[in-house]
Amino acid sequence: MQYEAVIGLEIHSELKTNTKIFCGCKTTFGAEQNTHVCPVCLGLPGVLPSVNKKVVEFAIKAGLATNCKINEYSKFDRKNYYYPDLPKNWQTSQYDLPIAEHGFVEILVDGEKKKIGLTRIHMEEDAGKLVHSGTNIKDSASSNVDYNRTGVPLIEIVSEPDMRSAAEARAYMEKIKAILEYIDVSNCRMEEGNLRADINVSLRPVGEEKLGTRTEMKNINSFKALEDAINYEIERQTEVLEDGGKIVQETRTWDPARGVTLSMRSKEDAHDYRYMPEPDLPPIVTSKEEIEAYRKSLPELPDARRARLESEYGLSEYDATIITSSRDMAEYFDGVVATGADAKQAANWIMGDLSKNLNADSIAIKDSPVEAKRLGEMIGLIEKGTISGKIAKQVFAEMWKNPDPPEKIVKDKGLVQITDTKAIEGIVDEVIAKNQKAVEDYKNGNKKAIGALVGQVMKASKGKANPQTVNQLLAKKLEE
Amino acid sequence: MKLYFETVHGIHDKIVNKEIKAAEVAEAVVSRLEETEGKVGAYLDVESEKALNAAKLTDEKIAKGEPIGFLEGIPGAIKDNICTKGVKTTCASKILENFIPPYNATVIDKLTAANYAFLGKANMDEFAMGGSTENSAYKTTHNPWDIERVPGGSSGGSAAAVAAGSAYWALGSDTGGSIRQPASFCGVVGLKPTYGRVSRYGLVAYASSLDQIGPITRDVTDAANILNIIAGHDEMDSTSSKKTVPDFTKSLIKDVKGLKIGCPKEYFADGMDGETEKSVRDAIDALKAMGAEVVDISLPHTKYAISAYYLIAPAEAATNLQRYDGVSYGERVDGEDIVSLMTNTRTAKFGKEVKRRIMIGNYALSAGYYDAYYLKALKVRTLIKQDFEDAFKSVDIIATPTAPTPAFKIGEMADPLQMYLQDIYTVPINLAGVPGISVPCGFTKSNLPIGLQLIGRPLDEETVLRVAYAYEQAHDWKDKRAGGEA
Amino acid sequence: MHVASLSRLRVEESETESYQAELDKIISYMDILTSVDTANTPPTTYALPMENVFRDDVPKESLSRELALSNAPDEEDGYFKVPRVLEES
Repeated sequence: MQYEAVIGLEIHSELKTNTKIFCGCKTTFGAEQNTHVCPVCLGLPGVLPSVNKKVVEFAIKAGLATNCKINEYSKFDRKNYYYPDLPKNWQTSQYDLPIAEHGFVEILVDGEKKKIGLTRIHMEEDAGKLVHSGTNIKDSASSNVDYNRTGVPLIEIVSEPDMRSAAEARAYMEKIKAILEYIDVSNCRMEEGNLRADINVSLRPVGEEKLGTRTEMKNINSFKALEDAINYEIERQTEVLEDGGKIVQETRTWDPARGVTLSMRSKEDAHDYRYMPEPDLPPIVTSKEEIEAYRKSLPELPDARRARLESEYGLSEYDATIITSSRDMAEYFDGVVATGADAKQAANWIMGDLSKNLNADSIAIKDSPVEAKRLGEMIGLIEKGTISGKIAKQVFAEMWKNPDPPEKIVKDKGLVQITDTKAIEGIVDEVIAKNQKAVEDYKNGNKKAIGALVGQVMKASKGKANPQTVNQLLAKKLEE
Repeated sequence: MKLYFETVHGIHDKIVNKEIKAAEVAEAVVSRLEETEGKVGAYLDVESEKALNAAKLTDEKIAKGEPIGFLEGIPGAIKDNICTKGVKTTCASKILENFIPPYNATVIDKLTAANYAFLGKANMDEFAMGGSTENSAYKTTHNPWDIERVPGGSSGGSAAAVAAGSAYWALGSDTGGSIRQPASFCGVVGLKPTYGRVSRYGLVAYASSLDQIGPITRDVTDAANILNIIAGHDEMDSTSSKKTVPDFTKSLIKDVKGLKIGCPKEYFADGMDGETEKSVRDAIDALKAMGAEVVDISLPHTKYAISAYYLIAPAEAATNLQRYDGVSYGERVDGEDIVSLMTNTRTAKFGKEVKRRIMIGNYALSAGYYDAYYLKALKVRTLIKQDFEDAFKSVDIIATPTAPTPAFKIGEMADPLQMYLQDIYTVPINLAGVPGISVPCGFTKSNLPIGLQLIGRPLDEETVLRVAYAYEQAHDWKDKRAGGEA
Repeated sequence: MHVASLSRLRVEESETESYQAELDKIISYMDILTSVDTANTPPTTYALPMENVFRDDVPKESLSRELALSNAPDEEDGYFKVPRVLEES
């Protein structure tokens, strides 16, 4: 039987506020344990929460940027469960009246556009962190709790089960990440856990409407883990079903080292969260006018920007999608183009050498040692014929280490392209003299032999000879 | 009158006029406390040194000719569910036996700014759950008027201290009558302000949508003055009202002419004590004689108030008290894993009534029962609130008994449901969020105090205080003191 | 009793019956609410009609770690210490 995967994501994103959602403690990552805590976030007897206005603003913006309807009347609720990283043993979250509902985002996978539905976006507080003293959670005798993260503001973005493959899930999460970056509400640093996903995966026979039993994998915080975990889970569930087995509804954990998902200790009873309205926090009422004002305050979003890059610069949909997938990259692109550089070239260089170097050195694009302006200048040198595309790669590599303008680097390193026909003619003559066999082959009709000769000339000129001139001269001389 | 039995405003005037030293005032109450505490048991923690030191500072200011505030140097008791930085705050529970808050409740900050003299932490029903103070995990407080009887609750320690002369004033908290009922049982004044009038920040939550802090005093003037100090919006309490706080002492006028006072028939129902009914009816007649217009009204949903209250309050309590789990503060009873640690701690350290309410609350909130119990109760709350809104379209004040009976005997009320039913006249006021006061309005033949409850519109403590003051000034109940002494 | 486990409370077997009976009695008293028509009545969660009470995103001082841990039943290296936690939330 052919199965189809049905995937839904719950993405948690930490918002980039100065203070926590319900108290004035700082949200800075990496502080010493239990130093960003106060009576409120420690849940001491007698404390009360007070809502950080920024959190509401950010959540509304996120809702609007994902085509959600903003609820004019929204409220907080208590989600009750016992866990030592949750000082009050409830999480202040939103239940039946989240800030935003019924949205969608568009993804592009294998050249096909698809809409992924958003069920809702709600605001909630993050929990603290448990540090296990043993080698792993199962054999440690005790755990230590750090409450610095307790109360850091989160939005949870819940998708419809609209994705059918790991690639779609990845594209969806990338799109969410891009949108949150564009509207500047989250740092989206996945390695710091400020963007993480809970994944629901189920299978059903192709053509079947009814959903199969799903499993859940929590706290996935890299795109690779997301794809790997989904692919593994699809395979695992397919095997179980093909063997006539049944999928157990459970939470599984992704073990990146072994590349497998593992069943976690099964729960004695399903969680009964006993949601109740948070009586300590008055409701949030947002007027239509305020919502419209927020909408107007939004910057250009990834889809609009992509469309603009396509129409304004003639970029392909694929290139434009990649360039706009992060706000920083799109801004970098704008910086390159602003120097007058060709847009297509700019896109190629950004997606090619620049990205490769950034990845290799784990540098964010906005911290790139080669500034957008410099890359633009370098592309300008190619366009003017000062350097060849090939030499440009050398220039770029040098620019990675050297902040000088590319023009200076080209001069200092003597990388200026030789366009002087006389100079090139000399080298061509030498090469012809030294490579009589290839010349013979060419004259005997093997026109491809010219390639080897061009290579020799380029080599002899240390790559600086203008390749077009070399081709023309060689062809002319060989025909003589 | 014995010094320790005087009102705060009386003492304040004498200190300002240099008729008496604040130190004498403090010493008088401290020695009275030492004398009565063995019998009354109003305190969980006594801080005589702090009170005496505060009085000394007051005397220094007076000597320097500096002005002093209303409460300066005059010792008072704080209910033990109000957080006091550096001083144990137990809520009369074993689970917080050694809990020392690292912060002050907002009301304590305000009192501190007013240079109050802190005398100690008053006993209460554990986590404010009860109407007799018998649910304290530490001690039973006795009613100073009859030590075989309860002082009421849950602010029983606060009311008993004020009645016994072992505090000049006290703060209590009122979720379903916990200020007004003990005030009524102990023959003192107890004011529950409008929900939101006083910040709850630092008041250990029982039921968040119902809790409110208020003063327990010897007369209405003291209540108005203390409300002036503690009222006001607090950015730490998002539910605290942003409405301007008036000067409540301006309401202390002996005039009720033209005011309409509603007398709800549901509050004079079967099962109420005859002497109580007579005293309250006499009080209402007295107000009529003073020029108020008395109108018969109906609050038709009153009979559902106990059910609604005993679902809503326990549901909120169940979540509010989830934090006591032995993890990051409070007592801990070890267990092999975290689940058993939490269960062991809560099972061993919560008292019976607290456990009962947690279970009722979790039952009402649990999957499958939420709509039938919790949500239903919230809807009935709307109807009860509407009863009051409708009534206040035609009357300015509603007058009722505070409790159906005077103080009952310790151990007498063994059945929990029977105990809950005693709250019938006080819980609707919390459900509606409106202000209410209990003022003494007479005594039974066996010399037990009886309380008149006056209820006002939301945020209209002024009219409540005005009627209470006018009534009080026309009678001499306010001059009576427990134990026949004065 | 399910509600005891939801409450993280243990009811000894010997007490189960009396507890159950007592709770049943109270809960059945609550059943008078079923006679109230609330079909068109919204629930009341807040005593006063308030909305949009917010705080500015301005940091306040946190507690010192020493004070934060001052009521901890057990601590280790500046952490709150608890026995092992078996189940992830």
